[in-house]
Amino acid sequence: MSDKPAAKERPLSPHLQVYKPQMTSVLSIMHRAAGFALAVGLIMIIWMLVAAASGPEAFKTFLNFCGSWIGKLMLLGWSAAFFYHLSNGIRHLIWDTGHLFKIENAYKAGYVVLGSTVVLTSIFWILV
Amino acid sequence: MKLKWENHGLKSPLARARGLGSAKEGTDHWFMQRVTAIANIALSGWFVLSIISLTNSELAINDPMGVNDPMGVRIIEGFAYETFTNWLEQPVNAILMTLTVITSFYHASLGAQVIVEDYIHAEWFKILKLIGIKLFYFAGAVACIFSIAKIAF
Repeated sequence: MSDKPAAKERPLSPHLQVYKPQMTSVLSIMHRAAGFALAVGLIMIIWMLVAAASGPEAFKTFLNFCGSWIGKLMLLGWSAAFFYHLSNGIRHLIWDTGHLFKIENAYKAGYVVLGSTVVLTSIFWILV
Repeated sequence: MKLKWENHGLKSPLARARGLGSAKEGTDHWFMQRVTAIANIALSGWFVLSIISLTNSELAINDPMGVNDPMGVRIIEGFAYETFTNWLEQPVNAILMTLTVITSFYHASLGAQVIVEDYIHAEWFKILKLIGIKLFYFAGAVACIFSIAKIAF
């Protein structure tokens, strides 16, 4: 690839700027983004467990981070991402069984996913 | 008696050496992602319920090692050191936590692999990230399992 002469820059027609965002496409990219955020959040789980094994002082540092405003913001974000990824993941698994492919049903399921994300995140933070 | 092409398939020797074309082994990745996803629904559900129960337990709210939060967010008090380690020591919790760690780290590694394959185009960087991700999640899982074992034993 690196030994070709530099190709001339050619214009591209607009795509992301003009394509109408739809339930299917937006939920799909959000699923990926939520998954990525959760994959980063797993680092916190590592920290939590290693700190718990290291003794009370290390765990207190972890708790202090969780209690700080940035920590709480992250926890809120991660819980929302978690419940969204869970709900949309179930929608994906239902697609794998062959159902919900009709576009109206896929849209309805999309609304269910969004609703359940809000509901589950609120219930979680009320109970905790 | 084997026919001439049954040893190597229908590719010419040069084509086999170049190795281009379909990898033919992606279904394993796809299937494992689904399997770990199903396991994760149950296991991470258990984990979320455990967090809720930990923060609501009587012991948690009065634990002196807990951090006092002026806004009264009980998630911090509930994760006081004694409460958490007492909870994790019990064999059922330690085992379920270990399983949760294994399945979610594997699922995350597969997912991150897909993201890297899709968005990174420089070949050397892509390979570096792919290997790095797999090693990172494996190391992370080992670290977590070791910590759980240390607390539980």
